[in-house]
Amino acid sequence: MSGQTPGVETYTPREFHRQAHDALGNPQIRANFRKAMDGLMSKRRDSFDDWDLETLRELGANIRLRALARLPDLLEQLEANCEANGIRVHWAEDGDEACRIVREICESHGARSVIKGKSMVSEEMHLNAHLEEAGIEALESDLGEYLVQLNQQTPSHIIMPAIHLNTDEISEILHDKTGTERTRDVDYMTAAARQQLRERFMAADVGVSGVNFAVAETGTLCLVENEGNGRMTTTVPPVHVAVTGIEKVVEQLRDVPPLYALLTRSATGQHVTTYFNMISSPRKEGEHDGPKEVHLVLVDSGRSRIYQDDELLDTLRCIRCGACMNHCPVYTRVGGHTYGTTYPGPIGSILSPHLMGLEETKDLPTASSLCGACGEVCPVKIPIPDLLVRLRKESVGEGRGNVPGAGIKRTRKEVAAWKGFQWLATHPGAWRSGTAVAGKLRALTPAKLGAWTDYRTAPKPASTTLHALVKRHQASKSHEPNSKSHEEER
Amino acid sequence: MSARNAILKRLRERLDGPLSAPESDFTVATNRGWSEEERLARFERWIGSVHGEVVHVDEARWTEALAGVLADKGVRRLALGKQHPVAAEARSALADADVELVDVDRDIEQWQREQFESVDAGLTSTRGAIAETGSLWLWPTPDEPRLISLVPPLHIAVLDADTLADTFFDVVEGHGWADGMPTNALLISGPSKTADIEQTLAYGVHGPRELVVIVRHAGDSAGISR
Amino acid sequence: MTAVKLYPPRPDKVYLFGTCLIDLFYPEAGMDAIRLLEREGIEVLFPEDQTCCGQPAYTSGYHDEARAVAAAQLDLFPEPWPIVVPSGSCGGMMRTHYPQLFAGSDLEAKAEEVAGRVFELTEFLIHVCHLDLEDRGEPEKVAMHTSCSARREMGLAETGPALLAKLGQVELVEQARAAECCGFGGTFAVRHPEVSAAMVEDKTQAIEASGAKRFVTSDCGCMMNIGGRFEKLNKSIQGEHIASYLWRRTS
Repeated sequence: MSGQTPGVETYTPREFHRQAHDALGNPQIRANFRKAMDGLMSKRRDSFDDWDLETLRELGANIRLRALARLPDLLEQLEANCEANGIRVHWAEDGDEACRIVREICESHGARSVIKGKSMVSEEMHLNAHLEEAGIEALESDLGEYLVQLNQQTPSHIIMPAIHLNTDEISEILHDKTGTERTRDVDYMTAAARQQLRERFMAADVGVSGVNFAVAETGTLCLVENEGNGRMTTTVPPVHVAVTGIEKVVEQLRDVPPLYALLTRSATGQHVTTYFNMISSPRKEGEHDGPKEVHLVLVDSGRSRIYQDDELLDTLRCIRCGACMNHCPVYTRVGGHTYGTTYPGPIGSILSPHLMGLEETKDLPTASSLCGACGEVCPVKIPIPDLLVRLRKESVGEGRGNVPGAGIKRTRKEVAAWKGFQWLATHPGAWRSGTAVAGKLRALTPAKLGAWTDYRTAPKPASTTLHALVKRHQASKSHEPNSKSHEEER
Repeated sequence: MSARNAILKRLRERLDGPLSAPESDFTVATNRGWSEEERLARFERWIGSVHGEVVHVDEARWTEALAGVLADKGVRRLALGKQHPVAAEARSALADADVELVDVDRDIEQWQREQFESVDAGLTSTRGAIAETGSLWLWPTPDEPRLISLVPPLHIAVLDADTLADTFFDVVEGHGWADGMPTNALLISGPSKTADIEQTLAYGVHGPRELVVIVRHAGDSAGISR
Repeated sequence: MTAVKLYPPRPDKVYLFGTCLIDLFYPEAGMDAIRLLEREGIEVLFPEDQTCCGQPAYTSGYHDEARAVAAAQLDLFPEPWPIVVPSGSCGGMMRTHYPQLFAGSDLEAKAEEVAGRVFELTEFLIHVCHLDLEDRGEPEKVAMHTSCSARREMGLAETGPALLAKLGQVELVEQARAAECCGFGGTFAVRHPEVSAAMVEDKTQAIEASGAKRFVTSDCGCMMNIGGRFEKLNKSIQGEHIASYLWRRTS
């Protein structure tokens, strides 16, 4: 839907290759991402210095697993405790239904203006475009989101939305759209945005935020942030609407500190964020500030389908730290927009197919060299490479069919190629003669092998295969039995 | 069927069958075993690393330190509560000072623009702090509402040294948070900041530009570094 | 990350699984692996019917085909000898993914058993052979590229460098972002050639900037990729499989 808003730069996962080509050819994008990712990787490394990181990751994974194991019960408990605290809980099957719920809450208050804290679920459901169609203005207040919105773009990173832009570009955007001076002074630009957004906080009818952890035990919504816009959004307007995926629930309050420790360190290498904001009710009798109404919208949008499958379930452990993209060599090269999805990078490539279907996202599971860096840093130990392989399997119709669009990439040509490979690799005699012939014909190896040779020379088969060399070696050894140099056993 | 029931039904009738929930071992989140000095040193180091300023003071003379901070920062209008001892003591100590005391026990609707535009600092008590991360913890009350630690450009927080805990987990467990959460519980670790412009840190993007923590030490003031 | 593995005592015999890339493109690397092991007094058995571990089909999602290929390899190692693989990528496939591939099937126990005997070459030389090396080469600066499968899937970031450290005349140089993928990734290089090219471009620049005249790797996929890029640019920097490098300098 955001794609239909005039002027908004659009990307789609269908065009991954074209978008990757464009990003790779853009030195500014390349430099911005490389610099940012290098910095984030080194900050993360330093931030875990004091910690038994493996034990903490183990605990993080365990907490998320436990929450998922009890998910339906915990959602009901969360709902009951929120309602008891005065927070009204809504359920949405998909993004459209969630948008409708938020819009109706706004309309019931005659709201014209919504201020938003950072929420990836609201991006996922294209809430801003939906509200704008209903004549309700939705303004992002996270500085990065604000800049991206001013520039009519979507976020390129789930934690740092404007990471694709450098200081000069941001100065230009602020100058163009808000009339500030052109400058490289970050403090000046930050102060200008503060000034502009403070008016908007005061004028907003409704604040919309995301949720980092929803605690079933107490009916508490936890928000993690540095800027204070999250606190503003959830405190200043008279109505607060929190939107979140159904998987964000945790069982107990004591589950929160380890996840928070993992989240901030994994995301930005911070030992803690400036604010950890825990909301358990609307303004009570006698209290002087805070919203008089708080709503929680629980969004499914394909999550309950992911939940069905033991292997795919791990996808739902995610706490949205973005470490997988910060460490991904593909994301670092092509940037977030190339993926054309709300969630870019490795987590996006294992999540988006469920949200959008494999037909739309078929190039994403293959957009990884399976280098394993994502899985290595994931704070809740999601086996991302294995899940990428699983989705490849679903794409070619050899999975369980538990993903929408399963089998979309199965083509007769590719199946024939892999069947051919299978035949050859299970017929050792044919394999040996085939590889031997390839060696004999090495002079005929084409110098051009598709895109491979645009950047590299073509590999040439050796004149003799290992099989043949070993045979020769064994024959020569049997003639000189004492040629081996033996070392003493240790 | 309602969305609620449809979602819950799908989750309950899971294709691959029910899941078993593992037990959790929280040892890694607790048992730091720090001494009082180590706790304080860590707290100060961490909150200092994110531009939080720490002022140590003997409990009996803390309002003098407050007056010093207000003078240093040029605060002319200070928002604060009335009932909490921190607020009450500050009010009586500042009665004759050249600082206007702004009442916060008013519904925000009556004074929003005033709070946003003409308050120089907010003073709050704290319930404690966390050494491991350099975080204050606050449970705002009608006497000290949520926004006074957020909207004014300077937040002055008063912390008693003996309320420092090692970890966030220890605070949640030790203070029985799960038995009853307030409307809003907050951890605050430094002034508001952003790195959204090319990873360059800038303070005061939406909330306070500065955070001063007045750490009050009981009785014997040995070990106070200032 | 692999859990801490308990290593067996040095055996009398091992199997060598040569890998298809070595078989077809770099057979000398396989021979040098055999020579290194034989010099340690270990008899090397090379099952003649070996072909490919099946990984290309596996990572492409063609698991039925990969399973058939893998099943054919499972029969090749009847005796309880360790299986040495001069590649982290194929070694990782056999150690980690064979059990997954056959989970719940009749071959599950066999796949587990075979997987438990799989060792990557540098791992085997360090942890099982406790190899000593006498360097006979000229002083030289080399860069090491440890494949992502060796580094992360098999948890072997240190074994390659540890072997090079045993060569007295060889200086292992630091490279920027040494742990970053070279962009090969099997079929990834074919499906996303431009992204892969950007990655190998950065990798070759990092190696060149390190001042090394040669890079050593334990995986022929990476070597084909990085070396092919250097060659395309007419650079003199050469790649060599670590087995060949060790053998050449110590024989």
